[in-house]
Amino acid sequence: MKTPSSAAAPSLWPDPGFTHIPYELYDDPEIYARERERIFMGPTWNYLALECEIPNPGDYKATTVGDVPVVVVRAKDGSVNAFENRCAHRGALLCLERFGNARAFTCVYHAWSYDQAGKLVGVAFEKGVKGAGGMPPSFKRGDHNLRTLKTATKAGLVFGTFDHAAPSLDDYLGPEIGGRLERVLGKPVKVLGYNTQVLRNNWKLYAENVKDPYHASILHLFFTTFKVNRLTQKGGILVDGSGAHHVSYSMIDGNSAEAEYRDAKLRSDSDEFGLKEPSLLDGRDEFGDGITLQILSVFPSLVLQQIRNSLVVRQIVPKGPDRSEVIWTHYGFDDDDGDLTDLRLRQANMVGPAGYISMEDGAVGAFVQRALPGTRGERSIVMMGGDGVESQASRATETSIRGFWKAYRSLMGL
Amino acid sequence: MAIWGNVDSNVPAVTALLADYAACIDADALEQWPDFFTTECHYKITTAYNHAKGLPVGLIYAHNRAMLEDRVVALRKANIYEAQRYRHVVSGARITGGTGDLVEAETSFLVVRTMHDGAQDLFASGRYLDRIDTSGNRPLFAEKIVVLDSDKIDTLLAIPL
Repeated sequence: MKTPSSAAAPSLWPDPGFTHIPYELYDDPEIYARERERIFMGPTWNYLALECEIPNPGDYKATTVGDVPVVVVRAKDGSVNAFENRCAHRGALLCLERFGNARAFTCVYHAWSYDQAGKLVGVAFEKGVKGAGGMPPSFKRGDHNLRTLKTATKAGLVFGTFDHAAPSLDDYLGPEIGGRLERVLGKPVKVLGYNTQVLRNNWKLYAENVKDPYHASILHLFFTTFKVNRLTQKGGILVDGSGAHHVSYSMIDGNSAEAEYRDAKLRSDSDEFGLKEPSLLDGRDEFGDGITLQILSVFPSLVLQQIRNSLVVRQIVPKGPDRSEVIWTHYGFDDDDGDLTDLRLRQANMVGPAGYISMEDGAVGAFVQRALPGTRGERSIVMMGGDGVESQASRATETSIRGFWKAYRSLMGL
Repeated sequence: MAIWGNVDSNVPAVTALLADYAACIDADALEQWPDFFTTECHYKITTAYNHAKGLPVGLIYAHNRAMLEDRVVALRKANIYEAQRYRHVVSGARITGGTGDLVEAETSFLVVRTMHDGAQDLFASGRYLDRIDTSGNRPLFAEKIVVLDSDKIDTLLAIPL
């Protein structure tokens, strides 16, 4: 029997540090299984839901942690529970709908049922029929509750971890990342819509892409083509102490954001490749700090995106060694006026599977995945900006990618 | 009327318009694609889920023809994506309403995507919810809502539907 947790590890990644990444990590089934066990079911906090998706008692959402199916449900007392979406009897999915409301969760297969905390409360024909059959006396319902996750909420986001001994969510995020997260979620949130992008690549290639400011102005030519890239004049990369999470941001230097938006629109207008409808570039400095772009990642699978007034929660979902999905949840705030909603809808053109400045991200991971054959023993290079994982003022750096691998190596024991 | 309830004299014209529309995209004549729309058109690609729940965000969202023209320029000059073609199969136009010069129609479509290396997939299925302005020389879309049956987009959606 192969034991992925011991023998393979030392030879796979012999050198210390985070500047050279073995290509095996992107398509090895044993690595994939180990990631499920050690990362997604380990001491990490994973995005489960927006609180506004499950506002009332009994409201539930079926989602996944990594590729492990889970249900997150609002309990009677307003707290949020989460447990595996898998019947303890024969292992069938309990919730088949993405969203719903239920007082109890009853498996369609043999009608075992669970309460809103995942506790087994009913077993069909437990005492048999007319005195015959049924469960033996040794069967105890209490031994068969669903495996639960510890949950925590922050700024309208619900997180869960399989590891009940994991540090608190606030300790996990740290104050700097936590503050940046609250920055874009400071008020009651409403969902503006969903879509899912199917990626023909390992989930980590997308996670790295999100943490990679080096590629942004090179791969994504929309802003430069339409001559609107002056907006991004000042910014930086923040990496938390563990390396796991990051924030990349850019902001207006000097003038007010509104003036800069108008200026961008004018320049676009006058250029031969200008936009015919420059209202796409309208913007509102809604957080009052001049920051026009903030990409925040929470290890392993959450990305919070502010691109101007387009706000999105992205959840990265592994779907096998060479597949993944990104679930895009566009949101705004309950108190948005009509103009602001309109801005968000217009600017949504820039992001997502059809996004002017992000459609390429859907393809570039697959370009790496398709080139993997022949790379055994080879490693990719992540040396831009040095070999550390510290915060940096320049965005010509790969520091936050190295941070990802620092957290990854530690959890994976590689 | 019971059996032939959906016979409407506008069906052949709508069918012909959609055939021209699909042929334009499938022939990569994207520069002509905005010409199928009125100046103040509304065009959106959304999903059946968002549409049913009244969630307004689109994969592509345009509130006039200029935004469609911008998208074509972006696809030609700015965006990077592997060479690919669509084949639309458009079928079963039904007239669902309308007043005066405006005809409302709902029509099913399938789109097969063929990549430059020959790989083929069923890329999208769904329905067009169209409001067609018939007041001019040629019928134009005043509104086109493309409702995809699935939430999932394989890799990227560059060429419009």
